Amino acid sequence: MSAGAMTGAGVVLKALVDQGVEVIFGYPGGAVLPLYDALYQQNALRHVLVRQEGGAVHAAEGYARSTGKTGVVLVTSGPGATNAVTGLTDALMDSIPLVCLTGQVPTHLIGNDAFQEADTVGITRPCTKHNYLVKDPNDLARVMHEAFYVARTGRPGPVVVDLPKDILQGPALYLGPDRVQHRSYKPKMKAERAELERAIELMAAAKRPIVYAGGGVINSGPAAAQLLAQLVRLTGFPCTNTLMGLGAFPGTDRQFLGMLGMHGTYEANLAMHECDVMLAIGARFDDRVTGKLAEFSPDAKKIQIDIDPSSINKNVRVDLGIVGDVAHVLEDLIKLWKAKQRRPDQKALDAWWKRIEDWRKRDCLKYAQGKDIIKPQYAIERLYELTKGREPYITTEVGQHQMWAAQFFKFERPHHWMTSGGLGTMGYGLPAAMGVQVAHPDALVIDVAGEASILMNIQEMSTVQQYRLPVKIFIINNQYMGMVRQWQELLHGGRYAESYMDSLPDFVKLAEAFGAVGLRAEKPAEVDALIKEMIATKRAVIADVRVDPAENCFPMIPAGRAHHEMILGPEDKAGKPATEEGMVLV
Amino acid sequence: MPERSERHTMAVLVDNEPGVLARVIGLFSGRGYNIESLTVAEVETAENRSRITIVTSGTPMVIEQIKNQLGRLVPVHQVHDLTAEGSYIERDLALIKVVNAGEKRVEALRIADIFRARAVDSTTKSFVFEMTGSREKIDAFIGLMRELGQIEVVRSGVVAIARGVATI
Repeated sequence: MSAGAMTGAGVVLKALVDQGVEVIFGYPGGAVLPLYDALYQQNALRHVLVRQEGGAVHAAEGYARSTGKTGVVLVTSGPGATNAVTGLTDALMDSIPLVCLTGQVPTHLIGNDAFQEADTVGITRPCTKHNYLVKDPNDLARVMHEAFYVARTGRPGPVVVDLPKDILQGPALYLGPDRVQHRSYKPKMKAERAELERAIELMAAAKRPIVYAGGGVINSGPAAAQLLAQLVRLTGFPCTNTLMGLGAFPGTDRQFLGMLGMHGTYEANLAMHECDVMLAIGARFDDRVTGKLAEFSPDAKKIQIDIDPSSINKNVRVDLGIVGDVAHVLEDLIKLWKAKQRRPDQKALDAWWKRIEDWRKRDCLKYAQGKDIIKPQYAIERLYELTKGREPYITTEVGQHQMWAAQFFKFERPHHWMTSGGLGTMGYGLPAAMGVQVAHPDALVIDVAGEASILMNIQEMSTVQQYRLPVKIFIINNQYMGMVRQWQELLHGGRYAESYMDSLPDFVKLAEAFGAVGLRAEKPAEVDALIKEMIATKRAVIADVRVDPAENCFPMIPAGRAHHEMILGPEDKAGKPATEEGMVLV
Repeated sequence: MPERSERHTMAVLVDNEPGVLARVIGLFSGRGYNIESLTVAEVETAENRSRITIVTSGTPMVIEQIKNQLGRLVPVHQVHDLTAEGSYIERDLALIKVVNAGEKRVEALRIADIFRARAVDSTTKSFVFEMTGSREKIDAFIGLMRELGQIEVVRSGVVAIARGVATI
């Protein structure tokens, strides 16, 4: 190679630096050795070595979601790439911007069933926003920059760049990011004037309005959440958030009704059911949100703002679909609302709020904490109360603890809540918390976990130890896959097939084995002390909180039921048996 | 009340790059949409563009989804629902081999003449006819040939273009 010429690996790293990347989560292997060799010889990029590639992708997701930047993953060919598939699917479902670099066997061996060869672009095609296989070194720089552009713009998502070893090893030409333009991919950002006018007419005429805001608000950037708050206060409308949208609107605000959906609040779900105008912002009418589609919000005129046209009219037919970026659309909407001097129908709105307050009085999240057994809700509520002054970053695994965390934590700002919403990936929380902690070294980062989920990526404790990441793992230990157990109780006659977590490790000793601190609470009176000690500990902590194994997560809309058919608690479930139709739903 | 299924023909302009057809087909299979016919070929060499014609069916909501989901694929430049956008011309090309003898051969030629099908290969025991036309016309021709001997059919699938001055 001539002096001054770059290798493909050099081009990849330079592109990462020019894209503003600071951290890569990865795991080396044969096909990516040239990249690791180049990484070894530079200081601009930091590499965090995970213990399994799946952990790298979730860590990058946590990093991306807590910063608003694009997360970067580096894995080898074959099993490295296939281990990344779950995380990529997770990022696709939750619209998280990632660039995942995968090694590939040299171009002349592709298709020969070579060692550690897998058809990575074939396997990841349906679980990425886009993917590339670079077969020509002249394409390398362009593809790298394009990958970042595609990942972070429009509706964000994961992009895979598959890099054959000979491309990394051989010479390649570098081009800067400003030299790259995409020919076909151009997301629409702004709404049409006529659409905005129609939206304002509908909003001004509303008697029972609701704002239903989702993760799209957070993805749109910091301005979007501020504009959302501005619009909600300007109009006096009530606001609910999806699981993905928590933090998009301040959680303690009086106008906030809490999360909606299957385990959402009574007031949020009834307001969705009874409303006459619904303003959906960056939310996609997921089945966990809508319940039974045929009876979903029957009287509402629905307005939907989304940057992805395919999110509009997918599950629910809306009366006005507005394609555009949330921040751009809200800014124009607020301007027009003010310019036209619109006022909401205050009399109707007062009556609507009165009804909402009545629903609120049902206090749907109440639970009975006795003296002997810790209720999981109590543990999580105390965790919230004792940490809220520190603006903690919360990640979760998947299951009951996730829903309780969503119910009891009140997020004032976006980017502080990281949970696997769309895919529901158990094992997400610990690696995600690592990624968050890497991005925010001094912040309090807590993985609210279950004892089943945490074991799915427990190997990452070793990563936590290596990088001295002081993450706090707060295990709601009910000795069951709690949500599976709950469905078996409510829908399958209490036949608890394979949902009991036998042979659990001693989590305190497990923590110690990984150089972390292990804590345990078994009585309600011990919970506060455990949480305080956990926060005060400068190192990583695994807190094993032994809770009531029989507790169920309420309120709940049973599968196949509509919003107004919520079960509020155990005493409420008898009258509403599951339907045949509901039984087949997940 | 369930909405009625409609048949739509779509024209999709894409970058001619590896994997683009797999993306389109994967989208249809992954989301459970129908493909009645799909054709693809490069149409603009300088621009490196291919045009895909897809005939699909679904409820109006599904058709809208298909259009938006196709539009979301990164290498897709334009998606046109020709059925929704106005009148258009659809053509299918078929090669039909008929193996027969005697009076049936004469009858086959006579019908081919009526349908403006061209004989492009002949032996003493067989013909291969080439014909272009609408799907219905080709279906009708194949139906008649089937009565006149043993047949083998290959069809290109539908290509379609809008009528009038507008271009994609």
